[in-house]
Amino acid sequence: MESKLRDPKKIMKLSKLGSFHQSKLSFLRSFLKEFKDWKYNRDLFDLDEGGFGRAVYSFSKDRRVYSLVCFANKINDHERSDRVIATKWDAAFVLYDGIPTKKDLDRLSNDVPQQEVGRMSYKELTLSRANKSVRIFEHVVESLSNGKQPDKEKLSKVGYLYRTTAVYGSGKFGLADRFRIKNREEIYGPFRLEMMLVYLVRQFTFDQVNHIAKHKNSKGAVELDDDICKNLGIGNSTGLGMAPFIVNHPALLNNWILARETALKKIREIKKIDENDSKIFIDCLKKSLKNVTSWTTDSDFQNKKIKSLISDLYKFINFIEKEFSFEEDYAFNQIYKWIEKNLRDECIEYIVSMMMEPYDYITNPLLKSMSADEDKYFTIPTNKNVSDLRNILEDNYSDILKIDFEKKESNQNFWFISKNKEEPRLADRYLDKGSELEQPLAIARDICKLYARISNQKNSLKIGKFLIENNDLRHVVRRAFIVEKFPYAEIQDNTIGSNLMPIDMLRLKLSFFGAVKFDPRSDKWLRINMFQGAPLPKNLKKFDDYWVYNSLN
Amino acid sequence: MRSFSEIDTAVKRASKGIGFSWGISEEVGKNIRLLEMFGLPGLKNLNQYYKILKEKKFQNLTLVSKENSSKIPYCPIIAGINFLDQVNNLEELEEIKFDNLGFPILFIPFVSRASEIIGKRIFLTIDEKEFLLNFNQSIYSNYLSSDVLEKSDQIKIKFIENKNMFSETEWQELYKLSEDTFVEETDKLKQNAAGAGLTDND
Repeated sequence: MESKLRDPKKIMKLSKLGSFHQSKLSFLRSFLKEFKDWKYNRDLFDLDEGGFGRAVYSFSKDRRVYSLVCFANKINDHERSDRVIATKWDAAFVLYDGIPTKKDLDRLSNDVPQQEVGRMSYKELTLSRANKSVRIFEHVVESLSNGKQPDKEKLSKVGYLYRTTAVYGSGKFGLADRFRIKNREEIYGPFRLEMMLVYLVRQFTFDQVNHIAKHKNSKGAVELDDDICKNLGIGNSTGLGMAPFIVNHPALLNNWILARETALKKIREIKKIDENDSKIFIDCLKKSLKNVTSWTTDSDFQNKKIKSLISDLYKFINFIEKEFSFEEDYAFNQIYKWIEKNLRDECIEYIVSMMMEPYDYITNPLLKSMSADEDKYFTIPTNKNVSDLRNILEDNYSDILKIDFEKKESNQNFWFISKNKEEPRLADRYLDKGSELEQPLAIARDICKLYARISNQKNSLKIGKFLIENNDLRHVVRRAFIVEKFPYAEIQDNTIGSNLMPIDMLRLKLSFFGAVKFDPRSDKWLRINMFQGAPLPKNLKKFDDYWVYNSLN
Repeated sequence: MRSFSEIDTAVKRASKGIGFSWGISEEVGKNIRLLEMFGLPGLKNLNQYYKILKEKKFQNLTLVSKENSSKIPYCPIIAGINFLDQVNNLEELEEIKFDNLGFPILFIPFVSRASEIIGKRIFLTIDEKEFLLNFNQSIYSNYLSSDVLEKSDQIKIKFIENKNMFSETEWQELYKLSEDTFVEETDKLKQNAAGAGLTDND
């Protein structure tokens, strides 16, 4: 039986993309899988009694070394902010390519804590900063220094000691350009070095909290229990900065979604399900319930989604246990058909993620296809003609072409770059100033304009000639020819409409990162947790790929 | 040092800021990145061009022909965009001339990318300065200055047919040396060594 890939026009709707969950294809899981055999070391730990100073951690294999350089700084409580407008953080980090010398550390100690204002070099790969969780950091220090483990219930409500507020890579602020490192096999998957940074930062947070507690009470303090550490991740606060990324990297977006869709297709095509594989699926599903039921948020939007997910999951488990048999041919195909008919998007996509769990042989080869060389597709094939372009638009954008951009609400928002932070922002076209400086992210609107523009052009007109008078739409002409090659490259929705939920865009990207427990703080930013439940670096060699379901929280 | 990614982004935004469309600005971002990567003073020339563009008029060359001439200097970006977009039709012209093109360094990456599109090397001269554009993989030149070049009297473009840079004799001489790595086959090896079956036609 051959199953079809799911229709991009359904999958690429924002409400659907905003229902994606972590899976075996997620970057933090594939990072751990890739680096599990690397040598981990804490090379330097030079903090004062208050936990301020510098530290270096590394992963090495053969002649390659990646070093995380940490700078912990004293800041006042009123200076601590998750917002991108902050200028000081409790700690700042950079991933260095190789082993940093003392001279490198001194140089970095000046620039890294300044983040966007500092200058990095081609020897630095990723850059980040993080703030202590005011909800639990002090509680953990106090408990440990008094010889006790912290209150697990308190910990479970937060899930991390530190929260990063940005992780930069790929040439930002002078960091190494991607081309310098793209041929390294260990980083073929996307965002590998960003994941490495976050993972090592997590270890730094444990070491720091132990260090402070010990200095508070050198005789009586205890170290944070390994099991507790394992169940703490790194928080992340993410705002709109991430949203345009998925619009600006169409080939990459396609490769992420295509990998997921290909995995699902192949799983649906398995005729006989091995007993052990069905057991892994059900086991992961049941264990994962703990992650869902312990998922807390103040957001009504997210609470509704969690509620729907939990009730659908119980409905599904009931179906699997009482009405379904894995003895049936193409059992996962049967399951997929059932969930599509009976469950809502949040749970459908959750179960799609779960279906991948038993199938390393399907997902592993897909991991390497999840990067993209966007530049390869940049040049417009100007020898094609208007008829080719029209066909592409009609085939790939049929839903978008139905949007009525004469309506005010279809044009409600505009994306811009803030002058003070150089970060993407969203504003109301009819209330806020600056729409004349709009970023080219209104793809649906511009595609509609392009379609109207070519309607009275000759079919045989070459694109090169068409562009002479129509270069104002050059950016979407380029996209159309990219989308022709990459079916999942385009969001099939209006990204400037009044009903836009920007967090759907963030959620999509973060699910591929492998984040869990999405906690929207508004419709434009959210908190997440990364690496919660992941093995500690010292235990990486005994790596269990299902760690994500073993969290105690 | 600024990374190429920063250069690309800043140039794209600056180009939009000066009034080009987003699509053209994207092209200029990629081009300046390319020039800087090849060691040519892209950003410096662009910066100077954008300073002058606010006060001085440049001619937009839309349809590129064999001989292109203007009293007002041509805009290197619009001329470059149209050269790139029309290159499939221009290749048969063998040689193309542009008289009076402003800031010619900014024109080079469009021609370099065109070389990749048509799969032919392009020989470009800016007055006495020579550039061999190799399929957008490299640029070979006798021009090493990092200064701003504000104008050119004449630019010539020649499409170079794909041919080897060596003679057949040179090839044969080298090939003969490569044969020293081969093993003379016995009759038995001729029968079995390729792993074929008992007959040639099964």
